[in-house]
Amino acid sequence: MYKYDQYDQAMVDARVEEFRDQCRRRMEGHLTEDQFKPLRLMNGLYLQLHAYMLRVAVPYGTLNGQQMDALADIADKYDRGYGHFTTRQNIQYNWIKLEDAGDILADLAKVEMHAIQTSGNCIRNISADHFAGAAADELVDPRPYAELMRQWSSFHPEFTYLPRKFKICVIGADKDRAAMKLHDIGIQIVKNDEGELGAQFYVGGGMGRTPMIAPMIREFVPLDQLITYAEACLRVYNRYGRRDNKYKARIKILVHELGKEEYTRQVEEEFQHMLDQGIEPPFAELERIRPYFADPAFETGLSDDIDRSDPDFALWVDTNTHAHKAPGYVSAVISLKPVGGIPGDATAEQMHLMADLAREYSFDECRVMHTQNIVLPHVKKADLYALWQKLEAAGLGTANLDQIGDIIACPGLDYCSLANARSIPVAQKIAQRFEEKGQSNTLGELKLKISGCINACGHHHAGHIGILGVDKKGKENYQLLLGGSEGEDTSLAKITGPGFDEDGIVDAVEKATEVYLNEKQEGERFLDTYRRVGMAPFKEALYG
Amino acid sequence: MKILTGNNLETGAVVWWEGKGWSLHVDDAVDAGEEFETLLATEEAERRVVGAYAIDAERLDDGRVRPAHIKDRVRALGPTVRPDLTLKPNDPNAIAEVL
Repeated sequence: MYKYDQYDQAMVDARVEEFRDQCRRRMEGHLTEDQFKPLRLMNGLYLQLHAYMLRVAVPYGTLNGQQMDALADIADKYDRGYGHFTTRQNIQYNWIKLEDAGDILADLAKVEMHAIQTSGNCIRNISADHFAGAAADELVDPRPYAELMRQWSSFHPEFTYLPRKFKICVIGADKDRAAMKLHDIGIQIVKNDEGELGAQFYVGGGMGRTPMIAPMIREFVPLDQLITYAEACLRVYNRYGRRDNKYKARIKILVHELGKEEYTRQVEEEFQHMLDQGIEPPFAELERIRPYFADPAFETGLSDDIDRSDPDFALWVDTNTHAHKAPGYVSAVISLKPVGGIPGDATAEQMHLMADLAREYSFDECRVMHTQNIVLPHVKKADLYALWQKLEAAGLGTANLDQIGDIIACPGLDYCSLANARSIPVAQKIAQRFEEKGQSNTLGELKLKISGCINACGHHHAGHIGILGVDKKGKENYQLLLGGSEGEDTSLAKITGPGFDEDGIVDAVEKATEVYLNEKQEGERFLDTYRRVGMAPFKEALYG
Repeated sequence: MKILTGNNLETGAVVWWEGKGWSLHVDDAVDAGEEFETLLATEEAERRVVGAYAIDAERLDDGRVRPAHIKDRVRALGPTVRPDLTLKPNDPNAIAEVL
């Protein structure tokens, strides 16, 4: 894992004191809310439906045990005993007091964490594959490149006031587990015919009210020009992105309106201009960062056998573990989606346990998934049973990864001031319905995602089944969407037709799964069947 | 009727204008009439509230106040998925009344 050097620590410490002073000045009346609001947002502090909400950055989703413990302590000391892991690999606290904000940031800084650039029109926390550095199918660990981009983008003066927020994702495998093509910039680290590593750039993706899949604009950027190329992409956006209408200000609108070819031409022109000036950052910085992400000391000669005599354990192994590059190891996913629970929420006690388990079983490392679960990336297969027993005892052993109960849900109208409808109760009812039917395993991989408004924090556009909550004359209403994917086969879901009320949407999801079970062919997932048979049989079942 | 709501500056708690100050309980809210802009500006300037705005509501026969929109009813009670964190953790009907 990356460790702060004296510059990183000094920057974060200084920022803590700066914000502490800004909070004091606000509470003493030296700053108005209009003056203070952009300052608090730059430090991740929102004013939400019930209270202040603090969003803490988890760079590329990677945490060590000490950091997870610190997050738990903040939940206990300053909030109401829990936190909410988000769809951008961060964590949010829902009940923060302004008077505590400085102390919280100081506590975070002690464990090399912060809330900088988790809001506002700047480059946000860089996300990455949650199995980075562990997955058997990975070409290369994307995190050194994500860390390089984190350092480049932190406090970047040119990109502090972009037309709109800007999200970057980096992956290092052909299998996309991070919704890479639904980011403002998606980067895949690839190898060219000469065997050299480079960056493939996708620009102009996103969800929200105008979902778009990012087109590839450059097949291969040499790694020593990675930052320069990203800077060229940002410069064109910063120069020409719309600032007159926030709903048309994301880079996806610029790329769409200019066209991929013209946008790419302008980026390439800017890129060449920057190369001519010779201002690319020193490659040595990447070489300095890379060793922090070296493999831990994996044991060799381990057995790949797992005792599957306990059927509940065997089920969890089948659903919640992922193939590891080191023989005898797996990545284990801790589900934060117990049936009837709140997707992504974890109590302080559970966070402390996950920190302990990371130390005991996973080289002191865990990851936040954008699907609102937690990964222990490097677990010996021989330790899996003991690990699972401890998770089960704490209510963290649910075996549902990528199944219908593993629902992404935004906080919705229960917490968010932007939401039009509640997301969490719908997620709970769907999970309960399919638990009662005992169908989760039969349905197999089925990614269901719920957003409480058109801003799409719950990624409904990318759900095999998506649900969008809307306001219909003051009442909650839910639209059903089918056919989305956030993987390497990224696609955008389509609306089936008129919406449903809270109970109706649960019935509608059930009907959609019945169509799948009736129509599916051998080996097909829900998404495969939908793509083969199209919308018609689903519409017939829902509205016919 | 029009009632006024916002958040306490220091704690962030949801508050309701009760005529002389701000209450945590929506049932304390009073009709602010149509001339509330000056009042809101003064209260914001004095840092007694932040993010304040007016909403439509009705006073029920039993004296309770019901905001017109579900968003404000959720604000008034707390998250419907965490009854223990609402202002009425022991009222089994509280969440149903919000919806």
